[in-house]
Amino acid sequence: MIAKAKIRKIATFVEETNREMDRDVSPPTKRAAAVAVIENPYAGKYVENLSELMEIGEELGELLTARAVAALGILGPSAESYGKAAAVGENGELEHAAAILHPKLGTPVRRVLGKGAALIPSSKKRGGLGVTLDIPLGHKDAAFVRSHFDGMEVRINDAPRANEIMVAIAVTDSGRPLARVGGLAKEQIKGEDGLR
Amino acid sequence: MPEVLVRKKSICVEQIFHEGGPVAETPLRRAAALAVIRNPFSGSYVANIEWFMDDLKPLGLEMARKLVDALGGDPEVVEGYGKGAIVGALGEIEHGALWHVPGGYAMREVLGGAKAIVASTKKVGGPGTRLDVPITHINASYVRSHFDAMEVGLNDAPRADEILLALVMTTGARVHARVGGLKASEIKGEDGLR
Repeated sequence: MIAKAKIRKIATFVEETNREMDRDVSPPTKRAAAVAVIENPYAGKYVENLSELMEIGEELGELLTARAVAALGILGPSAESYGKAAAVGENGELEHAAAILHPKLGTPVRRVLGKGAALIPSSKKRGGLGVTLDIPLGHKDAAFVRSHFDGMEVRINDAPRANEIMVAIAVTDSGRPLARVGGLAKEQIKGEDGLR
Repeated sequence: MPEVLVRKKSICVEQIFHEGGPVAETPLRRAAALAVIRNPFSGSYVANIEWFMDDLKPLGLEMARKLVDALGGDPEVVEGYGKGAIVGALGEIEHGALWHVPGGYAMREVLGGAKAIVASTKKVGGPGTRLDVPITHINASYVRSHFDAMEVGLNDAPRADEILLALVMTTGARVHARVGGLKASEIKGEDGLR
């Protein structure tokens, strides 16, 4: 167990797509998500300073990215796209998800992945047990890479309880299966400004 | 014989540290392997379907081995198992029953001859259908601490002409098991029951 976050459970999900519309997807596209279910230290009360959750975000950024990459069976720098999301249980507020996801989580994610010039796309919500999180995905070095706009749904039937938060990070080794709607291709990116 | 056409594979692992009680010294782990395949019998009634079980055996073995890998690679740590299937809308529940033999025997083989029947469930459903896969002890079905279930599913499966196949393995009892009954330490492991 790690220091700051009180973790009840960690789940990893890997999806590998081999076929789509009767065509082979070769090589298969793979994506993984790692999700932690943690205690919300601010559940049930308004707290002005959310720094504890920001620290927890930093800790989970490293832990969950490492788990997701390991589940994919690749090295961090081989990851192509990423995303993050959080679901706050009913006794928490949306701002708690923001405190985890936005101030400090990104730096360790990028450290594990080697780079990550692009914004990490994110989503957040409040919900009950079994709520679905649609984690948005985008290319990690150039947000405009169209083949890598995607999303991954994750769900844990017994989380988040009212005083918990679910925190998720998703990583892929590829774009969509059979991507063919044009736009900036990954071979064309410069990867400097995070956009192209 | 048509080959088994796999559209998608998925592995989910849960590591459970506590559920409101003391933090477990060794966290419980549960893993599910899912495969989404084309249903060769979808859309019409086919009388003779039994042969497809043989076609599914290699997939069953691959999924069972991946589960052991997902739990660290040592089959000795596996204490519970279960299996299930979700048949897409153009299929029938009997198509899900094709998974009993190849799914169950694959796990027993990989686990070195587990004795207990593999708990199972199945249903017909659309994309996003969730399945609560029942779990029992691999050598003695009556071990009360190991009665469990793992919910599985994929948002885009099964399509109408597909079957989602599931195998599940766990590394131990429920995280705060304390309702008595036959203990894992007490089993004989001969008849698969006690």
